[in-house]
Amino acid sequence: MRPEHLPTLPRPLHPGAWWVWAVALAAAASRTTNPVPLLLVLAVTGFVVAARRTRAPWARAYVAFLKLSLLVIVVRILFQSLLSAGAQGPTVLVTLPSVPMPASSGLKLGGVVSLEAVLRATYEGLQLATILCCVGAANALGSARRLLRHVPGALYEIGVACVIALTFAPQLVTDAARVREAHRLRGQDRTGLGALRRLAMPVLEGALERSVDLAAAMDARGYGRTTDARRSSRRLTAVLVFAGLLAVCVGVYGLLAAAGWWLGTPVLVAGLVAVGLGVHVGGRRTGRSRYRPDPWALPEWLVAGSGVLAAAAVFVDVHVSPADFFLASVTDVPPVPVLAVAGILVALLPAVAAPPPPAPTGRPPRSRPPVTPAAGAPGREEVAA
Amino acid sequence: MISLDRVGVTYADEPAPALSGVDLAVPEGELVLVVGRTGSGKSTLLRTLNGLVPHFSGGTLHGRVVVDGRDTRTHRPRDLADVVGYVGQDPLAGFVTDTVEEELAYGMESLGLPPDVMRKRVEETLDLLGLAEVRDRAVADLSGGQQQRVAIGSVLTTHPRLLVLDEPTSALDPLAAEEVLATLQRLVHDLGMTVVLAEHRLERVVQYADRVVLLPGGSGPVVGGAPADVLRNSPVAPPVVELGRVAGWDPLPLSVRDARRLAGPLRERLATAPAPPARPGAGPVVARAERVVASYGRFPALAGVSVDLSGGEVVALMGRNGAGKSTLLKTLVGLKRPSSGRVEVDGLDPAGLRPSRLLRHVGMVPQVPADLLYASSVARECEQADRDTGVAAGTTLELFGRLSPDVPLDRHPRDLSEGQRLTLALSVVLAARPPLLLLDEPTRGLDYTAKHRLVEILRDLAGQGHAVLVATHDVELVAEVAARVLVLAQGELVADGPTTDVVVSSPAFAPQVAKVLAPQRWLTPTEVALALADEPVTP
Repeated sequence: MRPEHLPTLPRPLHPGAWWVWAVALAAAASRTTNPVPLLLVLAVTGFVVAARRTRAPWARAYVAFLKLSLLVIVVRILFQSLLSAGAQGPTVLVTLPSVPMPASSGLKLGGVVSLEAVLRATYEGLQLATILCCVGAANALGSARRLLRHVPGALYEIGVACVIALTFAPQLVTDAARVREAHRLRGQDRTGLGALRRLAMPVLEGALERSVDLAAAMDARGYGRTTDARRSSRRLTAVLVFAGLLAVCVGVYGLLAAAGWWLGTPVLVAGLVAVGLGVHVGGRRTGRSRYRPDPWALPEWLVAGSGVLAAAAVFVDVHVSPADFFLASVTDVPPVPVLAVAGILVALLPAVAAPPPPAPTGRPPRSRPPVTPAAGAPGREEVAA
Repeated sequence: MISLDRVGVTYADEPAPALSGVDLAVPEGELVLVVGRTGSGKSTLLRTLNGLVPHFSGGTLHGRVVVDGRDTRTHRPRDLADVVGYVGQDPLAGFVTDTVEEELAYGMESLGLPPDVMRKRVEETLDLLGLAEVRDRAVADLSGGQQQRVAIGSVLTTHPRLLVLDEPTSALDPLAAEEVLATLQRLVHDLGMTVVLAEHRLERVVQYADRVVLLPGGSGPVVGGAPADVLRNSPVAPPVVELGRVAGWDPLPLSVRDARRLAGPLRERLATAPAPPARPGAGPVVARAERVVASYGRFPALAGVSVDLSGGEVVALMGRNGAGKSTLLKTLVGLKRPSSGRVEVDGLDPAGLRPSRLLRHVGMVPQVPADLLYASSVARECEQADRDTGVAAGTTLELFGRLSPDVPLDRHPRDLSEGQRLTLALSVVLAARPPLLLLDEPTRGLDYTAKHRLVEILRDLAGQGHAVLVATHDVELVAEVAARVLVLAQGELVADGPTTDVVVSSPAFAPQVAKVLAPQRWLTPTEVALALADEPVTP
């Protein structure tokens, strides 16, 4: 057995596996407003992130997404209970002072707040929150940048552009902060359009200069050197990909609009095939090689599979007993859909099946626990005074 | 290895050529240093070596550049990637990926090398450059010296025969610069690589060079040869060479070690000479910081710093990167509010002032002077500064004219040289005549001429009663201009005293002249020259 099949060998898991797992869980969450499976999905993502996240900066994404989801729930409750007249039920919690609104608008300001409205808002907010947390888990476990390394060869240029954009965005923010400080140094009290122009000019000029530097560096390091520049193959790729994407759009429209059986699935499939061919032809013309590609081994299959299995269980259960997933009365105790719950629990598997992330600097593990370094700069030689 | 045959470069829309009539042949295994003033075409010359000029930059190339048998006329930069490794001025701007290991592999991926070769070379390069500890760190989080080494490593993995570096140590503090130079030494001596580099800070590199190429700028001929010969008459020279010229040594010393061996008689002559005159200082106190504490999150930047700054005094603020220099400047100008302690400038709290009032009490030129500038021409920038500060029209322009004469007023601030841009930012800040002036790393990218000009300007300002605080790594600037030196380490003030007391005994902060003449307390070649001139002539 190759060593990468072992779930105990510390190595970063293929980011694609994490994204499949997380997107499958998000898809499962999108099929229900029942809080039981939703909370379970939330707990599963949290547990797996806690067990398998690295110490990289992006691993903090999950907490950020969790905070965002709490905000989503709160906003949802506020809007639905205070503004919506239609969502109110018979169980009145509290009656607030209200402002009269035209009846035809379906809106209200203040007035009756009912338990039903609050609960429904909570459940619907929870659904969105769960989906957000799944995305957060994917970001925390498999960095989006690492995922971009796996774009097919034909789309390599687009992948590079995305990676550079991801680097430049934070750089622009730091530049803007620096230039704003400089405004203070020049005695700018005003804020407004003039100030914005004064902010934009140096920031954009700086970004432009950096782009030119980057382009020079990439050229000097051989970017684009091995690309087979034959126009015929490039054109073939472009035509295939473009026509394929067009066909996919038409096919999806056909499926959704039920415009006729021939406009749906067949066109969609033909489009997908064309895109696949285009990517394949394009991939052949680049002569690039890839440094240390992430292997796709047994742990990757297990992680991706557990997510897909969870989604499948939920989808099947929704088909069999839809009443368990879309509650008729929100005030009742929510039912527990057994098949879905069992499926979601399977998605816990990555907490043990995914290999543990390697230690940050490739030092060999020590027998005793490492001493945590003191915060702040390393105490190198003190300045001789 | 390299042969340049009557090479000239003319950029589009420029009347004069950037480079003309350069003949140069560099054999394998040499370390060639390209020197010259700003704008003399150093970068252009370096960029012709891998074809970035003219393929990337545009313009016209005359003559012929052949590197390892490949003519750059027919080879684009990417076709030379396996022969020439080119590292630009700002290493961070050239990084394509985000972690050290991937950055090292990037060039090889572009060349399509097989995975096992890449794997092996990455490991070798990590060891060669001492980067194994940081192999999976993000490049943006590394220190300046480490970033520069990653940039060098990222071009080394394609196994080029020639390494070209544009100002590799200009932005680094002395210790980080030594790291990088030690690496280059190793590449030249152990691996026999050919290295061509341009650098303003000659005192750091000239002792390692096998050959110096002097670009005089304008239409003068390019001079190449052994370092001691070229520097004898060069307009740019490190302090140790200037000291050699003053003392009349032959051959000229290039390193502190060489000079120290020759310096015995000079020290004897200087022992009886009067000590250099004390530098002006200690007018009324203009700014005061008392037990200032400031932090960014959990990172303590300043831990109880107390400092008085007086009018008429130039004070240097030193310390390694991250020691709190910039934070101290920011608290003095009110950009950062201290979490405890008190800051007072002109009797006022700078953090509580509106920017338009602040300007009259304290001015600061940030590390990137261009941040202060946003108009489309020098003249407009000055008009805007007059309006912002509410001074009579033309004040700023007149000030700029005095600091930096002969600059066309319709020039865009971005097209000025580093030195001119610095003086423009300085004029803008000085228009309101603030009693306290702060400068953050002003000598970054300045050549010796521009630096001498800056020294004169700072002395004048102190003479007019301004208090000037300069945060810098540049020990030679400190030796020239500062009356007092503050040293920060880990947010604490570890030294505060007259320049000679602080720097003479310090291994990191002593200027070259002090190292040569220690234990005597001379700091600059000019001081020594004056002392020798005053000496009674003995037969």
